[in-house]
Order: sequence, then structure tokens, then C-alpha cells
Amino acid sequence: MYGAARTPYDERHGRMVPVALYRDEAVVLRTQKLGEADRIVTLLTRHHGRVRAVAKGVRRTSSRFGSRVEPFMHVDLQLAEGRTLDVITQVETLDAYAGRLGNDYGAYTCGTSMLESADRLVGEDGHPAAQQYLLLVGALRALADRRHPSGLILDSFLLRSLAIAGYAPSFDTCARCGLAGPHRAFNPGAGGMLCADCRLPGSDNPAPETVRLLAALLSGLWPQAEASGDRARREASGLVAAYLQWHLERGLRSLDYVDR
Amino acid sequence: MYEGVVQDLIDELGRLPGIGPKSAQRIAFYLLDADPVDVRRFADVLIEVKEKVRFCATCGNVAESETCRICADPRRDQSVLCVVEESKDVVAIERTREFRGRYHVLGGAISPIDGRGPDDLRIRELMQRLADGAITEIILATDPNLEGEATATYLTRLLKPLGLRVTRLASGLPVGGDLEYADEVTLGRAFEGRRTVD
Ligand SMILES: [Zn+2]
Ligand SMILES: [Zn+2]
Repeated sequence: MYGAARTPYDERHGRMVPVALYRDEAVVLRTQKLGEADRIVTLLTRHHGRVRAVAKGVRRTSSRFGSRVEPFMHVDLQLAEGRTLDVITQVETLDAYAGRLGNDYGAYTCGTSMLESADRLVGEDGHPAAQQYLLLVGALRALADRRHPSGLILDSFLLRSLAIAGYAPSFDTCARCGLAGPHRAFNPGAGGMLCADCRLPGSDNPAPETVRLLAALLSGLWPQAEASGDRARREASGLVAAYLQWHLERGLRSLDYVDR
Repeated sequence: MYEGVVQDLIDELGRLPGIGPKSAQRIAFYLLDADPVDVRRFADVLIEVKEKVRFCATCGNVAESETCRICADPRRDQSVLCVVEESKDVVAIERTREFRGRYHVLGGAISPIDGRGPDDLRIRELMQRLADGAITEIILATDPNLEGEATATYLTRLLKPLGLRVTRLASGLPVGGDLEYADEVTLGRAFEGRRTVD
């Protein structure tokens, strides 16, 4: 159901005049309080990349709009272009992932890291990022449907999101010389696994099972990923976090709170 | 940019929640125009609030002494505890007059993206209050939004094994809002219709 349509208010002219409207699908990445009852909503849209927009009056419990602009919500919305921030004028729920994740603490913490990572990896506002958008929607759906263990969905999402951003790690061939694997050394700065000749000091030596798990998570080979043991999963998440941190300069805040 | 102390005032006001640069400037010039007596009274209250107001050692609510008014009141039901995010939620619930138990103020909600996890809230203090077995029902009255919901989910997982009755405020509170904005009638109904969580 759509909210009440209204004529957008143009601040520049101080009267009700039509301003440019556009429509898009989006996932709500995060919200921040603005003034008494509004929120600034960061969205990852299908066609316009990352968009920051104002949702007016949504913190009042009388707002029927509020529940649709919470993190994790997958929505269809209409926005009015503003001078600094766009304004959300209508919003319809496509899938209420917020409700489906809020009642599973582990899934909630994994999902939160996915949102934070998407916010950081998509980069500049307004640049189309359809692949990142589709990846995020698919990962949230898998998380909400409890299709795989939450921690594995998170790590798979992070690896694939990094790959889309141009930082695809190599888990088989040597990341420097391309020699066919499997190899023993892992180095985030060098781009993944390294052969004995290219090995850099300070590289990790993950267990072969961990490397196979990472490769499966990057390619979305779920039967293989789910066959992994707890030790490999723990080691894999540590390496994914290290790899992500290397490429993001500073790590994700929410990753410390993930409840696997 | 203004000179010296005027700009300092604008900067300080701009750090307050919900105040943007334009509002900060408007308030600063309002204060410059205002009667010195009024401004003095305002300044005194600011100092006084920081000096006098403490947080209740038991529940974490704002208090003017070691223990808050509610915790010190022997007529309040000792067997029911209502868990809220902030002191202002206590005020909102007190206004409904539906609740006769006591409170526990967490100091916020779990929000990993803001770097706030379970250890940053007064959850350890909550568990200590439950140790003597006097409390038999916990009402989770965190905000009806995602973070409030996730915090309630976390607490439920922690509290259920203790064999307590754990309830959550009934829906009717629209999702996405702040508890403090709920009107008395809606919030009162939410108390009456609270449901046991599993
Ligand atoms: Zn090599
Ligand atoms: Zn108290």
C-alpha cells in the first residue's frame, strides 16, 4: 500500500510546486535520527546506486510509514529530488526482511554486517550499482529464509561483494603469478593465495579445508560450503575479515558483534 | 563564521541532537537578544542538572539520589520488571498508569553498526537483579523498531532459560517508531495485551 501522495514542497521557492520525482527499488542500509521525528535513510537502490534521503515524521508511532524505512526493508519507493538530500514521498514494502531478521539474533547481526559492508563498498552516491543491489537482496532473502547457516551467508556475501567491487580474491591460482594451486600461503594485500615462490613474509597458512571453504563461498557452492567443519568456518571468517579490512582501510564496526 | 564567543555558542548548540547549523544560529541569536535574567536561569539549570542528577544504582533511571523514586517506593510490585531503553521511556510508561512494577533502564539498544553491543548496555546489571529470584516476570518494552526488536530477541534468549515469564508489549504500537512518542492510550493497551515470548 502506498502512503498518501502529496505535492512535494520546493524549499527554494517556498511553495508547492512539482519537483523531479523518480521511482526505484531499494534496500534500506541504515537510518539516522534527524530533528524531532524524521530520519535520514541510506538506501542501496537498483538503478541509482546509494541514495541518502529524508523520511519525514517516521519516528512518531502514529506513522504508518515508519516500519517501511527500517534497515533490511526491501521497498519500492518514490523520491523527490532535493537540493542536498532527496525526500521519500511514497514507499511500498516488497519484502519485510526487518521483521524476519529481528527475531533471530544471529541472523540480525550477520545481516547488519552485510548492510554496513554494502554501504562502504558501493562507494559514491548516485552511481549505479545494480550487481551489488542484486547480491544484497539475494543474501538477505537467503538469511531470512534460513537457507544456510547465517555466518556462511555473511562470508559468502562479503567475498562476492568484494569481487564485484573489483577486489576478487584468488583462492586457487597464485594471486601474483597465476600458477595453478592449491597453494599454502594467504595474503590479503597480495590478493589471496600465493605460491611458494611468490609467498610474502607475514602471510597466513590456513588449513587446506579452510581454503576450499573460501573458494566455495566465493563461487556460491553451498553443498561444499555446508560440509565444512567449525574450525574451517572460524578460520575462514577471520581471513574474510582481514581481506575486507585491507580493502576498506578501516574494518567494519559491526563485524565484532557478529553472533555466529 | 562569527567572531569568538558567538561562534563558540553556535558550535556548542550545533552539537546537540536534532539541531542543525541553521537552528544553532537561530537559537544563538535568540539568546543574545534574551533578557540576561532568563539566560542566567537557563545556564544555572544546565549546571545544576549535571551536578545533581545521578543514575539510580539499581535501575539506571535518572535520579536525584543513590536510588530513584520508583525503586525507593515500597508500594511498587517487586515481582515485575519492565525493561526499557532509556529514562524517557520510563516517563512515557508512567504516564499510562498501567504499570505498578519496577524498571530496568538499558541505556540504549543493541546496534552493531553504531558499535554498540550487548556489553555496552546494562545487561550484566539486569542479570544481577534477577539473582535472588524475587522477580518472576520481565516485560520487554524496548522500542518497536528493528534495534529494539533485536535487543528483545537477545534478552529473551538470555532470560528464558531462567524460567521467568518473559513478555513483550503487544502490537498496536506501530513498528518503526520511538516508544516515547506513543500516546498514553496506545501504550496502556500495549501493556494490557502483552504477550509471552517463546
Ligand atoms: Zn606465484
Ligand atoms: Zn531506580
